Amino acid sequence: MATTEEIRTDLAEIVNEVAGVDADDVQLDKSFVDDLEVDSLSMVEVVVAAEEKFGVSIPDDEVKNLKTVGDAVAYIERASA
Amino acid sequence: MPASTPRRIVVTGLGVTSPVGGDVPTTWEALLAGRSGVRRLEQEWAADLPVQIAGQAAVEPTEIIDRVKARRLDRTSQFALVAATEAWADAGLADAEGLDPERLGVAFASGIGGVTTLLANHDTLKEKGPRRVSPLAVPMLMPNAPAATVSLHLGARAFASTPVSACASGNEAISLGLDQLRLGRADVVVCGGTEAAIHPLNIAAFANMMALSKTASGPDGGDPTTVSRPWDTGRDGFVLGEGAGCVVLETEEHALARGARIYATVLGAGVTADAHDIAQPDPEGRGGTRAIKRAIAEGDVDPATVAHVNAHATSTPQGDIAEGLMLHAVLGSHATDVVVTSTKSMTGHLLGGAGALEAVATVLALHHRVSPPTINLDDQDPAVELDIAIKARDLPQGDIVALNNSFGFGGANVAVAFGSV
Repeated sequence: MATTEEIRTDLAEIVNEVAGVDADDVQLDKSFVDDLEVDSLSMVEVVVAAEEKFGVSIPDDEVKNLKTVGDAVAYIERASA
Repeated sequence: MPASTPRRIVVTGLGVTSPVGGDVPTTWEALLAGRSGVRRLEQEWAADLPVQIAGQAAVEPTEIIDRVKARRLDRTSQFALVAATEAWADAGLADAEGLDPERLGVAFASGIGGVTTLLANHDTLKEKGPRRVSPLAVPMLMPNAPAATVSLHLGARAFASTPVSACASGNEAISLGLDQLRLGRADVVVCGGTEAAIHPLNIAAFANMMALSKTASGPDGGDPTTVSRPWDTGRDGFVLGEGAGCVVLETEEHALARGARIYATVLGAGVTADAHDIAQPDPEGRGGTRAIKRAIAEGDVDPATVAHVNAHATSTPQGDIAEGLMLHAVLGSHATDVVVTSTKSMTGHLLGGAGALEAVATVLALHHRVSPPTINLDDQDPAVELDIAIKARDLPQGDIVALNNSFGFGGANVAVAFGSV
């Protein structure tokens, strides 16, 4: 079972690849939209890449609840538990 | 139409990325030197294809465009952005003040559109399922993506249009820009054409319609640089190329007010349709003749002042002959006084990018008073009575006119007449 920090690190790599955000800026308290400027289409790419990376399913209805990096990490932890 | 004198339209900026160079200076130097950009395709997917050569871009656009931006753009839009950025800076507009975005337009064409994005996403759909199809696929593959990309980059808000007429598209974008400026709908229009179609599907399709040369593609190899040979008796089809060209058109009034350098004037354009065949050119070239005549008439050009033609001449058996007939039909006995060239002998055929790349070459020929050569013309087809430059050739001083011709599948014919300044 991956730790919270391991998930955050892997997610940060994805956000960096998709949106060019510095991986060090992808911290749990950061908002994807407001802080990291990840737009809606890039968010879909992040979600799909995360599904592949972590072997989870993130339904479209759930994506709107993932406001912060911490929300996403928590969802991935729950879904892969 | 208003009775007042029509606006004079001028060329103030040039940009290019091509198989022979990543920008205008390197491309122009290569063209004058007669250097071919056609190479063997080393990609694994090329091994089974009937054609294994192409004019690939000399400089990868991803070496220039920021990685995150580039991954959201199809290669057609990447080329367009590179060429438009160079042309914009070349026109002195990158740091111009007081430009009205609502008077700035974009006319950027592609013949095929974002076909590699379409096909890559189709592969993903088949191999990994619908969830993995990119949410960016549509804005990347749509045919107007290059125009939209340039419009976004420059903040151009007058219009962002995409005329599509196969291999005449790039030249039609210039014609459209000219129209919009003459109608007073903009002060500046960034015009161009782009294509990124070097993909096994396109190569197979063009090869199966007998349009591409299959020379130098077999196991015995051969020299790829000698395959594109317009007007030579040994020609047997075109060579696919990729890249983009861009010209900044501007009303003379606007250009003079900001003290811009003026390369040439755009005197007139002719756009016609053959209604003859979906793919074959009219063997007598009647539609093309009408297009060239119209470009000349619109610009009130004395045919005797036409000194240079950058021909469409793609190195196909029929098309190259038809274009010679057109020039004779329009210019009469003067046709053999004109210095004619086909830069496709070096760049290959950029399809929707061709007319724009060749417009840049035509304007530079007027500006520097020198025609680039047509390489590989060892034995001129006797059916073509034209004076073709086989080495870089000086053009006369004084007021001269140069024509840029483009013809496309679907019977599209576009000619643009440029005047020296």
